[in-house]
Amino acid sequence: MKPHAFDYVRATSLQDIFGVLDKHGDDAKILAGGQSLVPAMNMRLAAPRVIVDVNAIEALHGIAVVGDMLRIGAMTRYVEIAASDLVARHAPLIVRAVPFIAHAAIRNRGTFGGSLCNADPASELPACVLAERAVFNISSSTGERSVAANDFFLGTYTTALEPTEVLLSVDVPLSGPDSRYFFDEVARRQGDYAMAGLAARAEVRGGVLVDARLVFFAVSDMPLMVSATAALLEGQAPGSVDAEAICEALIQNVTPQQDLTTSSVTKEHLMKVLTRRAIAAFAREEA
Amino acid sequence: MTAPIIVTLTVNGEPVNRAVEPRLTLADFLRDELGLKGTHVGCEHGVCGACTVHLNGATVRGCLTFAVQCEGAEVETVEGGTDSGRLKDLQDEFVARNALQCGYCTPGMLLSAAELLEQNPAPSRDEIREHLSGNYCRCTGYQAIVDAIETTARKRVELER
Repeated sequence: MKPHAFDYVRATSLQDIFGVLDKHGDDAKILAGGQSLVPAMNMRLAAPRVIVDVNAIEALHGIAVVGDMLRIGAMTRYVEIAASDLVARHAPLIVRAVPFIAHAAIRNRGTFGGSLCNADPASELPACVLAERAVFNISSSTGERSVAANDFFLGTYTTALEPTEVLLSVDVPLSGPDSRYFFDEVARRQGDYAMAGLAARAEVRGGVLVDARLVFFAVSDMPLMVSATAALLEGQAPGSVDAEAICEALIQNVTPQQDLTTSSVTKEHLMKVLTRRAIAAFAREEA
Repeated sequence: MTAPIIVTLTVNGEPVNRAVEPRLTLADFLRDELGLKGTHVGCEHGVCGACTVHLNGATVRGCLTFAVQCEGAEVETVEGGTDSGRLKDLQDEFVARNALQCGYCTPGMLLSAAELLEQNPAPSRDEIREHLSGNYCRCTGYQAIVDAIETTARKRVELER
């Protein structure tokens, strides 16, 4: 056994979680799928004194349409998202991202909310929820609040979540008949961390692109929405976008951060590759 | 409160009741508490897949699950899959194809392959490789493993005709 010793609380209600978090604050960690937390504990990069296991809490599970949003419970596992007709119909971007996440055995355990709260810069789902303009439903013993995806991610492994708060669910605006999506990433092998990735959404109205959003991941300390570049797509027919001009503008606007394995120059190249693919995909789906 | 917690679960069809320290992983629990050494421990951070077991019918990393989380769960290891005969045709084909050398990854490979063939009775070679992407083998180069799984799938489909 490799982790540091800890106390274990099997929460059966939200009140149980709040009780632990209010008492222990930063010394406590929520255990959802455990596919990022437990490796960190095994390597003793994390050594929480108290673990509160939230797997058994019904309120954190489930996928449902609520008004004009698709609500995905924080404890929803990747394998459940991949198999969900509701997510496929209403939030296809998220379904497309799941096969890129790690491996089958990891997807059987890892959770939607866990990935978002962990906020790894190379992970897929933070970029997706940003592109979707999702809303985070957060709770603590003192009440509930909602945070826009744009305000949730603050940096590497850093979010707007306070030590006493728990993520309940995320609301994703429903896909419309005009919505176009693109998701792709470049990794060395299936399931490896992305060298660069892109989650994108746009609407096609009156034959032209509107409200385009391009969110890159694994190129910065958090998912990177390139609004100035995306704005250049506005009003253009999907089939006649000058992809090279968009790529040039992209590289004028942003410089990707290198990481342990991939230089900034390589990431810049991959961002252009992904941008071209996204533009081609928007055009392909035109019919 | 790091004191042992009692956990009740089913392992390979047998009821098990043990007091475990919270930090004990499922893989270490199976090996050290129950003596089921077929579950191997490699990287211990979820990369290599040697500790793969079935938890409530789905593959999980035994090193990324704590034993205390398995309250009420059904766990199956390579020993259980061998005793029940569920893995027999896969095991025979692994032997026939030399799909193992040192054998360290083999229990995990077998359990991952068994899950794949339940979900997808006729997978392509690419689909087999994708499903095994989280199981490392440092001996075989994978070709023989993919061959063994592909052949097992074909034989199962032929048997059902």
